[in-house]
Amino acid sequence: MDAIKTEGLTKHYKKGFWRPRPYVALDGLTLQVGQGEVFGFLGPNGAGKTTTLKLLMQLIYPTSGRAEILGRPVGDVSVRRRIGFLPENPYFYDNLTAEELLLYFARIFGYSAAEARRRASRLLDEVGIGAERRFQLRKFSKGMVQRVGIAQALINDPEVVFLDEPMSGLDPFGRREVRELILKLRDQGRTVFFSSHVLSDAEALCSRVAILARGRLAAAGSLDELTALTANGWELVVAGLTREALERVRGFITSATRVGDTRFALALPPSTMPERLMSELVATGARVLSLNPLRVTLEDYFIEQVRVASEDRDVKRVAS
Amino acid sequence: MRAILVVAGGVFRDSIRDRIAYGLVFFAVLLIAASVLLAQLTAGQDLKIIKDLGLAASLAIGVLISIFFGIGLVAKEVDRRSVYSLLSKPVTRSQFIAGKYLGLVVTLLINLAVMAAAMYAVLGYMDWMATPELRASWDAPALDPRMLKAVALIGVELMVVTAITLFFSTFSSPFLSAACTLALYVVGHFGEDLKHLDKLVPSQALATVGRVIYYVLPNLAPLDVKGEVVHGVAVSAQHVLLATLSSGLYIGVLLTASALIFSRRDLK
Repeated sequence: MDAIKTEGLTKHYKKGFWRPRPYVALDGLTLQVGQGEVFGFLGPNGAGKTTTLKLLMQLIYPTSGRAEILGRPVGDVSVRRRIGFLPENPYFYDNLTAEELLLYFARIFGYSAAEARRRASRLLDEVGIGAERRFQLRKFSKGMVQRVGIAQALINDPEVVFLDEPMSGLDPFGRREVRELILKLRDQGRTVFFSSHVLSDAEALCSRVAILARGRLAAAGSLDELTALTANGWELVVAGLTREALERVRGFITSATRVGDTRFALALPPSTMPERLMSELVATGARVLSLNPLRVTLEDYFIEQVRVASEDRDVKRVAS
Repeated sequence: MRAILVVAGGVFRDSIRDRIAYGLVFFAVLLIAASVLLAQLTAGQDLKIIKDLGLAASLAIGVLISIFFGIGLVAKEVDRRSVYSLLSKPVTRSQFIAGKYLGLVVTLLINLAVMAAAMYAVLGYMDWMATPELRASWDAPALDPRMLKAVALIGVELMVVTAITLFFSTFSSPFLSAACTLALYVVGHFGEDLKHLDKLVPSQALATVGRVIYYVLPNLAPLDVKGEVVHGVAVSAQHVLLATLSSGLYIGVLLTASALIFSRRDLK
């Protein structure tokens, strides 16, 4: 059973007051997320990430398509006992303290007063809220509210956690703590579905990612699949390379960068066999220091996919 | 039911800590206390003025709190997105509406009790200071328990106003909700005029429209018995019961409509 499953999930809005025009916020999203995965939902601003999360939380209703969480339709209230959700830029009741807010949410799940207090205290410790937990939330900084938001999303020990831009508003320490928290959730066997446009977070945390662009799924898969398949050559670092030897191999490389007196970093296209080039260079007296595949980073891949998706959409719009 | 009570508890805790609510209740208590000074300027009408002012201040401040907090119950929660965290938990939208309503009503009734207690304290002081001759000239005793009927009906009126505010708050902006509620509140006090519009205007069509509006809009006039209790005129238990029951029905319809509208709404 998938933790999350969507089939053709679509959301259209109407924009404009006098002459409303349809606006496609999400277009036929089909996605599966397995249990225990840390799944990154990536895309530039306005790609449809928050729309998808709102559809999964049933804060908005789909124009068409369907979505399931833990094998149950998203509208099923019983599903909400098993999930946690951190909205983007969360806002809570100003006049409640952080502790009271967590107790409030814990009571909704039916925990006893003692159990609610125990959970609230443990989670506030985990997200780094100390004595401030007795302050009213109106006095909290954005980063502290974000931490409280993460704590409330975990109050029921959820099997699936949805985090919308969880690193937003956090300082570097906070970001590291949240990363560790997500990895801890993964180790506990929980599914984490988080949206972000910060690719380094996805690279550090995710087993699989999906890239959304202009409301459409541009790509989905494991990071290895997405980036390794599009490896674009090699980087060979050699020492003791003479000018003559460099000229001899010039036709096999795309660039040579001097990194020391006789040390060069040579960029090889995917068509060049590195073993053959290395033997030729060694024959001239050069020494091979390292050989690394030039893999596409998630950032390269992301930008390429978003660009292609945008062009595709523009072409279709012009054609129609 | 638990979800409704928890949501109501949250509203109650949030609203009783709001400085604006404190300020308004404090202002009402001050106004009631100051009515002693005002009463001294009038000859023989002192007790009526204190009762009149006390009940009117309790209602006015209650309506203000009801509208001010009522518009925030749903519209502000949606605007500020605080509703997202709550509705992603095992709380249905109908439970959310019921809990919000219950929480604010409890807050309002406690505020009303505080203001009524302040009014009774002032009246107790007047009674203690009064000579037997002065007491004999009053239409009704200072600590007249019948005034509680007026206080109870003010409570019912505040419950109706809160239901109206909540209803508008489920589909419109906070400002529009406040404006519409205030308009309905004013019109609600002229219900009898609308019902008998045929005696005031020659047009039959206009009279029919007036009657339709009368049945659709809340009829708040029967809930206003301030004049009667101040002048010692009896208010029957049957009147209180009927006014409460019809208001309860109206509240029920409004809450059902609010829940239906909110359940279908996209929370963008």
